Amino acid sequence: MNWRIGTVMDVFAETDRTASIVLTVPGWPGHRAGQHVDVRLTAEDGYQAQRSYSIASAPEDDTLVLTVERLDDGEVSSYLVGELRAADELELRGPIGGYFVWDGSLGGPLTLIGGGSGIVPLRAMLRHRIAQARTVPVRLLYSARTLADLIYHDELVAAAREPGLDIRFTLTREQPDGWDGYDRRIDRELIADAAWARADRPLVYICGPTAFVEAAADALVSLGHEPGRIRTERFGPTGR
Amino acid sequence: MLDGNAIAGTLSAVFGTDMTLVVSTCGGCGARGPLAETAVYVRAPGLVVRCRSCDSVLVVVVERDGRYCVDVRGVAELREPPLPAPD
Repeated sequence: MNWRIGTVMDVFAETDRTASIVLTVPGWPGHRAGQHVDVRLTAEDGYQAQRSYSIASAPEDDTLVLTVERLDDGEVSSYLVGELRAADELELRGPIGGYFVWDGSLGGPLTLIGGGSGIVPLRAMLRHRIAQARTVPVRLLYSARTLADLIYHDELVAAAREPGLDIRFTLTREQPDGWDGYDRRIDRELIADAAWARADRPLVYICGPTAFVEAAADALVSLGHEPGRIRTERFGPTGR
Repeated sequence: MLDGNAIAGTLSAVFGTDMTLVVSTCGGCGARGPLAETAVYVRAPGLVVRCRSCDSVLVVVVERDGRYCVDVRGVAELREPPLPAPD
């Protein structure tokens, strides 16, 4: 798999800490929902740093979009969210990954559980579902600290009005007045309420920080879900 | 700590195909699972892949001058994934 040069068409803020990067990549072979790309930055002295970012766009979308969260110690993410501008070039390779991937042909029903920027690959799956697989029923549970931290908020609220899509939010730190979503960290009871039941035999995709993913996966297994139908992807800082 | 999804690109560059669905057996404890589910540390010198059950080192990948060097001593077996079960 070769490194390619993409050109940034646009960069825009999604939240205080996240931005979406719209790219055109000559020769891009297309991707499957849930896949990611490796991005490589090279300093003037030749030092290179490489990170993996999920693709936020659906295969059917016209452009390739990455949504990146700026981490406090992120030597790559702090450049991508803050310094990168339209018309800049970006070195990347992909699409990557065959595990955390959903196609309409895999069927459903689908449970999608995202924490923080873990929503990004799930958003690609949701857009793919809306574009190509309208009969697959989806339940999406998205956990963030505050309302302002919810990425794609307006898009998700609009999608929730479509038939077959059940989209719920939980805000773990601060809830606005009149908030009618969940207001705590995910636990067994919350997941039992928001996700498809075992009897529905859903395919489950969980993405987020490691502790979040473990908690969600453990809760689902304790509710009797087959581990083989649960796919996980862990996001986060690269240290430790 | 990340997981095997995060180094899928590097593993693909090393092995020439996507490895995330490949099932590895830990040489330490015998635990088995897709490489996507392993524990991965990317800030060690090189990439370090560890067993999620017993923490044994499974794979170390070091890149130097654009060439990969891969230590797979900790893996007892790599097996292609089973075909998806019909529903």
